[in-house]
Amino acid sequence: MEQALPDPERRLQPATLEPLGHPDAGLESAVGEEAEGARDEGPGDGTMMENNFWLKKIEISVSEAEKRTGRNAMNMQETYTAYLIETRSVEHIDGQSVLTDSLWRRYSEFELLRNYLLVYYPHIVVPPLPEKRAEFVWHKLSADNMDPDFVERRRIGLENFLLRVASHPILCRDKIFYLFLTQEGNWKETVNETGFQLKADSRLKALNATFRVKNPDKRFTELKHYSDELQSVISHLLRVRARVADRLYGVYKVHGNYGRVFSEWSAIEKEMGDGLQSAGHHMDVYASSIDDILEDEEHYADQLKEYLFYAEALRAVCRKHELMQYDLEMAAQDLASKKQQCEELATGTVRTFSLKGMTTKLFGQETPEQREARIKVLEEQINEGEQQLKSKNQEGREFVKNAWADIERFKEQKNHDLKEALISYAVMQISMCKKGIQVWTNAKECFSKM
Amino acid sequence: MEGECRAPQARSSGLPAGGGGGESPGGDAPLPGSSGSSALLQAEVLDLDEDEDDLEVFSKDASLMDMNSFSPVMPTSPLSMINQVKFEDEPDLKDLFITVDEPESHVTTIETFITYRIITKTSRGEFDSSEFEVRRRYQDFLWLKERLEEAHPTLIIPPLPEKFIVKGMVERFNDDFIETRRKALHKFLNRIADHPTLTFNEDFKVFLTAQAWELSSHKKQGPGLLSRMGQTVRAVALSMRGVKSRPEEFMEMNNFIEIFSQKINLIDKISQRIYKEEREYFDEMKEYGPIHILWSASEEDLADTLKGVASCIDRCCKATEKRMSGLSEALLPVVHEYVLYSEMLMGVMKRRDQIQAELDSKVEALTSKKADTDLLTEEIGKLEDKVECANNALKADWERWKQNMQNDIKSAFTDMAEENIHSYEQVLG
Repeated sequence: MEQALPDPERRLQPATLEPLGHPDAGLESAVGEEAEGARDEGPGDGTMMENNFWLKKIEISVSEAEKRTGRNAMNMQETYTAYLIETRSVEHIDGQSVLTDSLWRRYSEFELLRNYLLVYYPHIVVPPLPEKRAEFVWHKLSADNMDPDFVERRRIGLENFLLRVASHPILCRDKIFYLFLTQEGNWKETVNETGFQLKADSRLKALNATFRVKNPDKRFTELKHYSDELQSVISHLLRVRARVADRLYGVYKVHGNYGRVFSEWSAIEKEMGDGLQSAGHHMDVYASSIDDILEDEEHYADQLKEYLFYAEALRAVCRKHELMQYDLEMAAQDLASKKQQCEELATGTVRTFSLKGMTTKLFGQETPEQREARIKVLEEQINEGEQQLKSKNQEGREFVKNAWADIERFKEQKNHDLKEALISYAVMQISMCKKGIQVWTNAKECFSKM
Repeated sequence: MEGECRAPQARSSGLPAGGGGGESPGGDAPLPGSSGSSALLQAEVLDLDEDEDDLEVFSKDASLMDMNSFSPVMPTSPLSMINQVKFEDEPDLKDLFITVDEPESHVTTIETFITYRIITKTSRGEFDSSEFEVRRRYQDFLWLKERLEEAHPTLIIPPLPEKFIVKGMVERFNDDFIETRRKALHKFLNRIADHPTLTFNEDFKVFLTAQAWELSSHKKQGPGLLSRMGQTVRAVALSMRGVKSRPEEFMEMNNFIEIFSQKINLIDKISQRIYKEEREYFDEMKEYGPIHILWSASEEDLADTLKGVASCIDRCCKATEKRMSGLSEALLPVVHEYVLYSEMLMGVMKRRDQIQAELDSKVEALTSKKADTDLLTEEIGKLEDKVECANNALKADWERWKQNMQNDIKSAFTDMAEENIHSYEQVLG
């Protein structure tokens, strides 16, 4: 469903990068709204704010997946999967939901959305997408992206992503996100028109900053270590879990062979026959029970994977801080050296090596007028530099404050979600044991009747 | 349910003493302790009088049945054995206790071998003392088995563990292998002791009691190598002829053995595979738990939950370990023993067929040659008896074996199920 441009009343604007320090748009107001939003208190899937798109409670679901063929940028035929996104608004009074929007998106469009959010909200821990390719597979799972099980799990992951963005107090207000849900055609162009790709920090710059920064906020350094540890431990865990699942599958399935052989054997036995036959049946039940068990476990693995990818999002925020801090330090350094130059010129002492100093020595002193001119230029530059430094400092502080607020929010979310996931994993194991007890009790009864 | 001693009834007409039935002249042979009370002992015990018929037959042809020159003049009919035992002792009372333990390695210039200590405790009169301790090596067990097979070609002799397992063995004498073998040898001797006929075999007694040098000299006596070879040649020649008319019940038996052998072999493979998979599962689980502990080190709120999960995984590990040891100690050896039994059974069937084939060939000779009819007839008569004995012995033993098998398999699998239940309960607890 195509929608016209949003109602001018609705205060949706992409938080742009430059005016971060500006008081009237973007961050400050967003923070203000965030505070209001928090007070308003709503359930996870949409904040309720007046003058806000989320006027009523909304529900987002990724309800279907469909295989499609089309032509790609190089005019070659390709197959891809498209996902149906449905948005419903729920009327307060009678609780019925009305379908307001529904459109199809493919995975690459989700990626585009996320990359956009990363650029425009560097202080936010942006929710991750489900994995692009199947990893941590064990032998029964397919690594094929077209495999129906994989597609199903991805569908759930994409829905989860949208819900997380929609329930984030700041991200939910983004116009591009709104359009993602409502404007099928032309969305890509709209995103690209924001020019966000140009505004993205280059990887190289970020890497450079990471190595060279002298005084990053200690909390961010710790956070970076934490995210490294989290990533390494979760990926290790997922790997071993996949192997464990593989082995468990083997144990259960081999028992199924008993079923077949018992059944054949029972044909020649007179007294043992019945017992063997029914015991064999229970062996079959046992062997087939593992499929459901492991399917549930896969869901648990996906929950862990989300936080594996969240670790990367955490690191992105840390990198941004380091970049800003490095920028600040460079600016300060630059300013300091200019001041010194100025001082030297004014006092006539040469303490630092400079090319000008050398040439002056070689080719003779410059005229006082020349010197005055240079001093003036430098003083202008110093003024500018001081202004810039001041605003950079403020930017930096704002960033740290806002980023840390979101990080706290994230920590709470993480602890809550992971605890739930671990508990549900334990519940799964318990149910598996109970099933096992039941099957073997039945089998034992059959055996004893032989 | 078929009683174990029913088989000879097929032969006799079921009439009381003096009644015809069967080829043998009726008569009273001295049966120690024979009285009417025996008939009351157990439902399975046959009428005494019928035993007398059997006895006649057997004592007439003792030389054919019993090639063991050292055997005392004791009837070797399984039925009379059962009756005898039941008279002298209370039913089901064991009077022969054997243990096999203490494997020891002996190194000589030529070879290295293992001997096992065998302790026998008995209250039987025919043994000189009540306790014996000897050392035997695998070769000695082989000898014993061969002797038993010769003496009782159609009885089901318990199987010996294999000579050596070819695949997956680095050296012949690793500890697991020795222990498995020791247990199997222990079972072997005890099964012989529990067998109503075999338990009184003279070679068995010598095996249990003689000192090393006595055993060697005893071994040298008995049918020589040449005569044994001669028998084998004849046997092979006969088996070439094929069995023309195998009685119905033996056809069934053969059929059963074939299918049983197939299935038990499969079950052996499956059980081994399960053990292997569980072992690999265990190995992975061992690594799984500690990861959670590692993770808990970098978390605050989640630490307790993570540690909890880790301890559950540990419990899982322990339960799996216990399950595996249960498998390897109970189920796997039993299943494997019956794999060997099924091979043994095929051998028994062959031997029975051979005996019958011998008879058949002579009958053929009689009908075709018509020469030396008297001699042939006499031979045929003997052979017929032989066949008769063989068949009956087999049938009796067969029932007994089946019963045992049923019980063994049943308890093995029931125990396994029990183990599995326990292991799940342990994890839940």
